[in-house]
Amino acid sequence: MLELKNIYKTFNPGTINEKLALDGLSLKLKEGDFVTVIGGNGAGKSTMLNAVAGTWLVDEGQILIDGTDVTKLPEHKRAVYLGRVFQDPMTGTAATMGIEENLALAKRRGKTRLLGPGITKKEREEYRELLKTLGLGLEDRLTSKVGLLSGGQRQALTLLMATLKKPKLLLLDEHTAALDPKTAAKVLEITDMIVNRDHLTTLMITHNMQDAISHGNRLIMMMDGKIILDIEGEEKKKLTVRNLLDQFERASGKEFSNDSALLG
Amino acid sequence: MNITSLINALPGACAQGLIWGIMAIGVYLTYRILDIADLTVDGTMCTGGAVCIMMMVSGHNVWVSMLAATGAGMLAGLATGIFHTFMGIPAILAGILTQLSLYSVNLKVMGKANQAINVDKYDLLVSLRYIKNVPFLQNTILIVAVVIVLLIAILYWFFGTELGCSLRATGCNPNMSRAQGINTNVNKVLGLMISNGLVAFSSALLAQYQGFADVNMGRGAIVIGLAAVIIGEAVFGRIFHNFALRLLSVVLGSILYYLVLQTVIWMGIDTDLLKMLSALVVALFLAFPYWKGKYFTKPVKRGGNTNA
Repeated sequence: MLELKNIYKTFNPGTINEKLALDGLSLKLKEGDFVTVIGGNGAGKSTMLNAVAGTWLVDEGQILIDGTDVTKLPEHKRAVYLGRVFQDPMTGTAATMGIEENLALAKRRGKTRLLGPGITKKEREEYRELLKTLGLGLEDRLTSKVGLLSGGQRQALTLLMATLKKPKLLLLDEHTAALDPKTAAKVLEITDMIVNRDHLTTLMITHNMQDAISHGNRLIMMMDGKIILDIEGEEKKKLTVRNLLDQFERASGKEFSNDSALLG
Repeated sequence: MNITSLINALPGACAQGLIWGIMAIGVYLTYRILDIADLTVDGTMCTGGAVCIMMMVSGHNVWVSMLAATGAGMLAGLATGIFHTFMGIPAILAGILTQLSLYSVNLKVMGKANQAINVDKYDLLVSLRYIKNVPFLQNTILIVAVVIVLLIAILYWFFGTELGCSLRATGCNPNMSRAQGINTNVNKVLGLMISNGLVAFSSALLAQYQGFADVNMGRGAIVIGLAAVIIGEAVFGRIFHNFALRLLSVVLGSILYYLVLQTVIWMGIDTDLLKMLSALVVALFLAFPYWKGKYFTKPVKRGGNTNA
């Protein structure tokens, strides 16, 4: 479904801040894979997602989504294939627009936007039903401005928007990191619900090792712009946090340095 | 200080406020919806009038001339848009560059710094002579008011379409817009074109109203536009929530601005100081939200409710 071939990306080349963020990264996802991604700060997790999303173009390598080469496509053109949820709840929605208007924007992803109606009556009913599935009471607030919602509500809405038009690939960039634990759990529950319902191929970055273990069918760990661990299937089901840390130390030859990952 | 002279001047101020109100709607579209302070308008506020007057003088119909003026404004917006998106120049600077080029363009269009049009020889849509003692249907205030209602209706419809919604999203959250497949660069250019088209249209009306186009007529237009937007929001913001009403509040803000201006002039202030005073008033209004946030926000209590 997704194929990354030997991707390189250097930020700020030629300056003292030069940083090799992706170092010959390769990854292949099968249709329906739900992959969790872990790794310390600066390991290249978000960079990998941004490379796929087209936030900028990569220096070298090739990106294929469902067999289509998107390496040179600008961000808004790749959006046809992708659903994205960001770490910052502010990023995924338009705060000054209503809940239904945000959903209507997402509904038209990949469509040429001309002078047809921005939202129709029929859609409103559809959105109301969809919002009910979140169980957050948003179905009664269709016209409320999204800026009035809490972070968790906004992330749940962004998830709905990302998947309203079934994407070939769902990219979740630490989408629960800015939420309190209870809300984070709720948003993860909604994530599982949607991913399973629509059989979505998913890449989910998380800082929380337990979440990485208990969600998805495959887990990858990144370090220095490369994948250093790739565990799937039965082997992943048997994973524990302790055992993952041991594997990390063996793979990297270092102690796992990220406290927040340990605490999770 | 003779109160009747003030009262006599008010209808004229009202008409001017209405005409500048169209210009202020243009500023509202860029400043509030696209989140760009577009300084192109200082140039466009002359270009529209220049094109309209020159077209009329060379024998064209008033509507054709105003259409051409609007088109010229849209081209100016296109130039700023290209400077900003394709050439990566910050929006404010892009606007200034176009504004400066327009000074030359306006001179070339008019052939000299000032071009007059005689209301008796040409069939003008609006004029300061059509304020009092004219048939009701020829009254400038009525005509401009009708034009504004039509414009607001069109804009209300447009910003409810798929394209209009994507334009609003572009201004509100460009990252999200791109993630939803919206070409934010194209939308910015489009927004700048619509805005400057409106400004040039307003300029065409203003030139007819005052009976001439002048190369300096747009100087400080952005400040007047911002003043109208800010006054409108300050006075009507709490009661007008609907988009069409918000646009109306901008027009009302512009009328208020001209009424206050007229009153200040009547009180005998040195008119040389007017532009400075306008600028200071706008500066103060722009500072209020900042000061409010900095000095008058209540500290947030920790541990609020955390509904998902």
